[in-house]
Order: sequence, then C-alpha cells, then structure tokens
Amino acid sequence: MTKKDWQQLGKGLAFLSPWLVGFTVFTGLPIALSFWFSLCDYTLLQKPVYVGLENYRTLIWGKNSAGGYGDPWFWKSLWNTARFAAVFLPAAMVVSLGLAMLLNLKIKGQAFYRTIIFLPSLVPAVASAMVWLWIYNADYKQGLINAYLIKLGLDPVGFLALKEWAMYALVFMSLWGVGNTVIIYLAGLQDVPRELYEAAEIDGAGIWRRLWHVTIPMVSPVIFFNLIMGIIGSLQTFSTPYILTDGFGRPERSLYFFAMYLYDNAFQYLKMGHASAMSWIMLVIILIFTGIAFWTSSRWVHYQGK
Amino acid sequence: MSVLETQQRPVAEYGGPRVLNRPRRHPERWFAHLGLLLVSVGFVLPFAWMLSTSFKRLEDTAKFPPQWIPKPFMAENYAIVLNHPKMHFLMFTRNTLIIATLAVVGTTLSSSVVAYGFAKITFKGRGALFAVMLSTMMIPFPVIMVSMFVIFRWLGDVRFGEWQVFGQWLGTYKPLWVPAWFGSAFNIFLLRQFFMTIPDELSEAARIDGCSEFGIFWRIILPLARPALAVVALFTFLWAWNDFLGPLVYLQDQDQYTLSLGLQTFQSMHGGTEYHLLMAASVLVILPVIILFFMAQKTFIQGIATTGVKG
Repeated sequence: MTKKDWQQLGKGLAFLSPWLVGFTVFTGLPIALSFWFSLCDYTLLQKPVYVGLENYRTLIWGKNSAGGYGDPWFWKSLWNTARFAAVFLPAAMVVSLGLAMLLNLKIKGQAFYRTIIFLPSLVPAVASAMVWLWIYNADYKQGLINAYLIKLGLDPVGFLALKEWAMYALVFMSLWGVGNTVIIYLAGLQDVPRELYEAAEIDGAGIWRRLWHVTIPMVSPVIFFNLIMGIIGSLQTFSTPYILTDGFGRPERSLYFFAMYLYDNAFQYLKMGHASAMSWIMLVIILIFTGIAFWTSSRWVHYQGK
Repeated sequence: MSVLETQQRPVAEYGGPRVLNRPRRHPERWFAHLGLLLVSVGFVLPFAWMLSTSFKRLEDTAKFPPQWIPKPFMAENYAIVLNHPKMHFLMFTRNTLIIATLAVVGTTLSSSVVAYGFAKITFKGRGALFAVMLSTMMIPFPVIMVSMFVIFRWLGDVRFGEWQVFGQWLGTYKPLWVPAWFGSAFNIFLLRQFFMTIPDELSEAARIDGCSEFGIFWRIILPLARPALAVVALFTFLWAWNDFLGPLVYLQDQDQYTLSLGLQTFQSMHGGTEYHLLMAASVLVILPVIILFFMAQKTFIQGIATTGVKG
C-alpha cells in the first residue's frame, strides 16, 4: 500500500469509527457473549459455569419430566411462532399486493385511499393492542364485533379467550397494520413499465394472465424482500401478543411466542443460559431462512435490467 | 416523486396506439371504487370506535346495541387521563420524549458520519465492512437483548475504588439511547444511498480550496442531505415512541416508564374495565404520530419506498 492508501484508510476508519465501536460493543460482543452463555449455567447471581451443550439438550432433545423430548414450552412457543408466520405471511402478501394493485389504478381519490390504508401501520403496538382488546372483547355484549354478531342473531365468540380463535384474531389485527408493505408494493408496481401491460393486452391477455405473467414476475424482487423481512419479523413477534395477554400468551398459551419465552427465561426465571441458547437458535433459524430465500431467489426473482 | 399522489404518465410518452391510454369507463373501475371504499371503511373503523369510546361515560361503553355517537359527549375524559393519579400520562410522555430526542439526535449525527465514510472515501476493505454492516440489519433485538442486559450490568460494576467508572446503566435511560450514538445499520445504509447521489465535483472544489474531509462532510454534504436526514430523524422518533421491549427490559422504576410501557402497565393493573379512559389515552398516544405523518407525508412515503425497494 502506498502512503496515499494508508491516508485514505486512516480517513475512512476515522469516519467509520462510531459504527466500528458500536458494532463491537453492541452487536459483535453480545453475539459472542450469548454464545458463551448458551454453553453455561448462568443465573445472573453467580458467575457463569460451563456446562457444554446442556442448555440446548434440555431445550431441544433432552428427555423431560413428562416423558417427552425437549422443553415443552420451547417447542410450543416455536410452533406458535411458526404457525403465526405460516398464516400471517401469505395472508399479508395477498392482501397487501391486492391493495397495492387497487391503489395503483388511475381513479379519483387515490391519495385519500392510500393515506387511509397506510395510517394504521403507524399506530404504536400498545395503542393497537388496546383498541383490538376492546373490539374483540367478549365480556357481556361490550365488544364491537360480538355486539354485531348478537344483533345478527349469532352467538358471541371469545376471540381472545379461545385457543381455536386467538391466533386468527392476532393475524386479523396484524393485517390492519399492513400499510407499509402496501406502500413498498405500490412503489414496486409503479416501476413496472406500462408498455408491458399494453403489449400483453394486444396479445389478448386477460386480467389474470396479466397479473400472473407481467405483474408478479416484475414485482418479484419486492415480494422476495418482503418475504425475508416477514420471516425475521415474525420470529421476533413480541409486543402485541405480550400486551394482549399480559405476557402470559393466553389462552392456553396459544399466543405464547418464541421471543416471549426467551424473555421469560431471561428476566422471569433468570435462566440466562437457556435464554442465550434460544437467542442463538433464533439467529440460526434466521440465517437458514435468509439463506434459502437468497439461494432460490434466482429461480423466481427477476431483476429488471440487471 | 411521492407514491401517495397518483402518477399520471404523459400520454405521448408511449408512441403506440393512443386508444389504450384513454381513460375508459369500464365496470371494472366501479368495482375498484367499491372495493377501495369498503376496505377504507374497514381500516377506519378501529379508529372511529376508539374515538367514539374515548368520549363516552363508563356506563355507555357497554351499551347494546353499540352507540357510535357518544351521548353525553365526555370531552373531559381527556382531562381525566392527563391528570389520572395512576396513569401518570404526562410523566410518561416526558420520559418518552427525553429518550426519543436523545436517540434522534444521536442516530442522525453518527449515522451520517459513518455513511459519509462508506459513500465518499475510497479505502481498502470498505466493501467488506459494508457487507458486514448490511448483515447486521438481519439481527433482531431479542437475539442480543440478554447479553446486552449483562453488558450494561457489567458497565455499572466497573469500579475504581468507590467510583463507578461508566456510571449506572440498568434502571436508567442510557441503554435506550446511548447505542443510538454509534450509528444504526439501517440508517447508515439509507444515508449512504443518498450521499452516493451527490456529485463529487462539489467536494473536489472544496478540497482544492483547502477544506478538510470533515469540513466537506459538515458544510457541503450534510446541508444537501436534509431530506434524507429528515427521513432518518422521523423513523428514529417513531421507533423510540413505539418501542416496547427495550423499556420493558431495561427500565425498572415506574417513574422512568415510557408511554408504551406505562400504558400497558396501567391496562394490566386497572384498565381492564375502564375502556373509555384507555381509548382516550390511546388516542393521545397515536395523535403525535398522525400529526407528524401529515406534516411530513412525502418524507415518510419516500423513506419507506426507497428503503423497501432498493434494499
């Protein structure tokens, strides 16, 4: 390296220094530390004691007192999280892409419609949980939805009180906040050249064929981006189910998510080792899904002109 | 161009048959209108119900069939919320604002310095460091929160005799805003993309005039980057205003709670029945966000659209 190169390096690192320090102290170190803790018995009260893979064994495959394998709450919370992602992500994709296509039509009042659909995504988790708790309420005839069900002569439903309903109630209220995904799709749709639609129309393609052969391939990079972010987002779902259920994941733990059990292990039971093992499991799951998404992306993602 | 405004491409842009570009009166169009109208009503309904409940008397909240126009109209519910002896609404607002302000200032400053390094200085290893930075965006907070908690605990335990070298961390606001002063990957990325679009000629001219690298950044690039800085500031504010898990993990004393945490605590302890007050409080929590949105609509949408699509 020449003297000039060294100078540039020095300058560059000087500008990067806040992030270099931040990355080391607030990202690199915590990840390394949590790997160490995940191999330790650590209760915050005494020093960590190395126990090898014991934490992973207890959580994932070790025989438990009920005769099953692994920690039942670990598996339950992982299963709940996967179920949420499996229901919410496809639903969100269909709803937001559909809304984005409606909002992309050249009709009057679009700016108004777009604002209305976007606004709920700005509502803080606490406020949206409060509103939906109130709307879903099943005590007496108070809840809005149940009141109208009764008016229609139907039986009221304990949306957040029955384990058969709670997950779908959460998915439904989460769809209310789908507005920022809609905006991302909308921006993607506006990048699709109109010539393509016109050519397809001349060739006699109807609405569905234009959707399937023009729109979806053209916005596939955006779908791809949203899919990765959606998986990562679902895995860390915490605030909304926590607030809806006071942190318990009621009813019958059907809203008990992976991140909630991680939190409880760390700050309720002070099992830092278990919690750290769960952190690493979460990290590995994220890496696997991101990897799969990137690997397979070349098959179905079309980057325009790249 | 803002996505919220309908983009009307000039008809002449495409040289083909004009017929295709003429707005037509298809029944499809009416279905679209009807669909959008129904969806919009659905999206507004929770807001409307929240507002309506917030102006009711307690006994009217449970009326059957549901009463949409509150009678009597209880505007004083809001005064009750603001002065409620158990809700501490004003104190929580103040706490949230302190944290949000410190986080906004810190993130905006530090992220732009780092972004300048990534965008405008060529040096060995920049590409690799940039890749590392991008990959950290994938790491969610729950993954690092346990060991962060332990690190903050240790920082408070570093002593020189009686003196706490780094001060106390747990049970203070510090864990919530200090990390923001070391750049955040998402914002660095966003600003770097923006800095890349600023032509180098300006910086070169300043360099010839003897301006230092930091001077170029501070006096030339930053003033030009105001729109991008606004996006970063806005998103960071919203993030701090909405954050629930961070305060839940790090704050111990109720006097320090943020709005999100304070409201949740109130709800779980006394709020289960007083929905008129909870809804008034929720309206008050949402209101600043909505006001910010209408003040900075373009900034918002552009930020989401660019980070989303070009990410």
